Amino acid sequence: MKPAEFDYLGAESPDEALDALGRHGEDARVLAGGQSLMAMLNMRLASQQILIDIGRIEPWRYVRADGGVIEVGAGTTQAELLAWPDLAAKAPLLAKALPHVGHLQTRSRGTVCGSLCHADPSSELPLCLAVLGGEVVLKSAKGSRTLAAKDFQTGMLSTARKPDEIAVAARFPVARAGTGYAFEEVTRRHGDFAIVAVAAAVSGPSVRVAVGGVADRPMVREWTGLTEADMADALNGLAWEMGGFDDIHATARYRRELVRRIGARVIEEARTCRS
Amino acid sequence: MPLLKRGTLHPISLVVDGVEVTGHAEPRMLLVDFLRRVLGATGTHVGCEHGICGACTIRLDGEPARACLLLAVQADGRRVDTVEGLASADGALSVLQDAFHRHFALQCGFCTPGMLMTLQGFLEDNPDPTKDQVRAALSGNICRCTGYSEIVDATLDAAARLRNQDQAATNPT
Ligand code: FES
Ligand code: FES
Repeated sequence: MKPAEFDYLGAESPDEALDALGRHGEDARVLAGGQSLMAMLNMRLASQQILIDIGRIEPWRYVRADGGVIEVGAGTTQAELLAWPDLAAKAPLLAKALPHVGHLQTRSRGTVCGSLCHADPSSELPLCLAVLGGEVVLKSAKGSRTLAAKDFQTGMLSTARKPDEIAVAARFPVARAGTGYAFEEVTRRHGDFAIVAVAAAVSGPSVRVAVGGVADRPMVREWTGLTEADMADALNGLAWEMGGFDDIHATARYRRELVRRIGARVIEEARTCRS
Repeated sequence: MPLLKRGTLHPISLVVDGVEVTGHAEPRMLLVDFLRRVLGATGTHVGCEHGICGACTIRLDGEPARACLLLAVQADGRRVDTVEGLASADGALSVLQDAFHRHFALQCGFCTPGMLMTLQGFLEDNPDPTKDQVRAALSGNICRCTGYSEIVDATLDAAARLRNQDQAATNPT
């Protein structure tokens, strides 16, 4: 289908975008890469009075590592982050997960912050941000605030972002020496939404794991000093706790089985790839 | 850029397949519709209109992208390359197109423009891909006819020929 009518503002500067969003509030929608929003507009699942395109705002296109944090600007695409030369060394988890985000023709436009704002329960970037304990920087014409991943994503396709705010940056902690990171997902086709996705960060006896695709947002657990048998029980408990659901792609029972199996595998991989 | 009002036509100019073109579009007009309807460049196909099938793949400033997830007004001032620019002016097929032809890598041809544009960019970045890498690159393009294996074969064949061409160009004997 074709989108319904809207006005279009191609903002040239951060201030222009923030002012316009402040004036139009809920009538406006921020357009970054458009890889989710344009599809929703075309299907008329979304309709907006005005689109504020932030894709031309150069100051919002950057990746930089600073004080233990990798900060990714609102305009930075998934492909740009994937091509960042320090990615494998500074953010091995992102290096593993990003190739699974959509396809090369969508990563070239889709932004990192846009994916976090879309907040699909099965998408990879919110999962990575959750397991790493990252943050999102929100800005409006009135000021800015920074939210932890767990406070930012509030449910299925929903976040704590207010109508006049733009997620101007995502912050991922730099990988720590002695911690191993791993990611795996099961999908019907490469690049599709995950039926179940698991990411883990393991350092010594402590295991931090996040599961996507089952609950309404990534579920994070942290365990310390579990034996292998305890670990299996813990994963089983987590699988049941998340509930899961039957849909055209998989049954709830299959999803639980994936949590148990992939969970164990990802934790093991993270344990062995510790730097 | 000023606010572009709905329901009214706005002038845009862009470079399509190396030629500077101008046209008018409402804000909501998709780039793929601008190419096909305003410019009459129907080589780029449109299938699902929500970013799933890949038939509409073009290159925006060199990067493969979905023309159904772009607004025409977003392409203002930019370079768009489509399947129509692959063959040379005298109609000679590109190396990749020729390999598709020889390997029967298309049947109905609906997916072909998107396949070619995805693979053209992919081979520039990765001139010596493995079969698995080709399959991963193709994951964003759906074909309902071929079963993909001919497309993969054609791509590997084209990659080998392009490498030989490069070699011949760098070591003339
Ligand atoms: S028409 Fe654009 S991806 Fe299907
Ligand atoms: S050749 Fe028919 S869809 Fe690919």
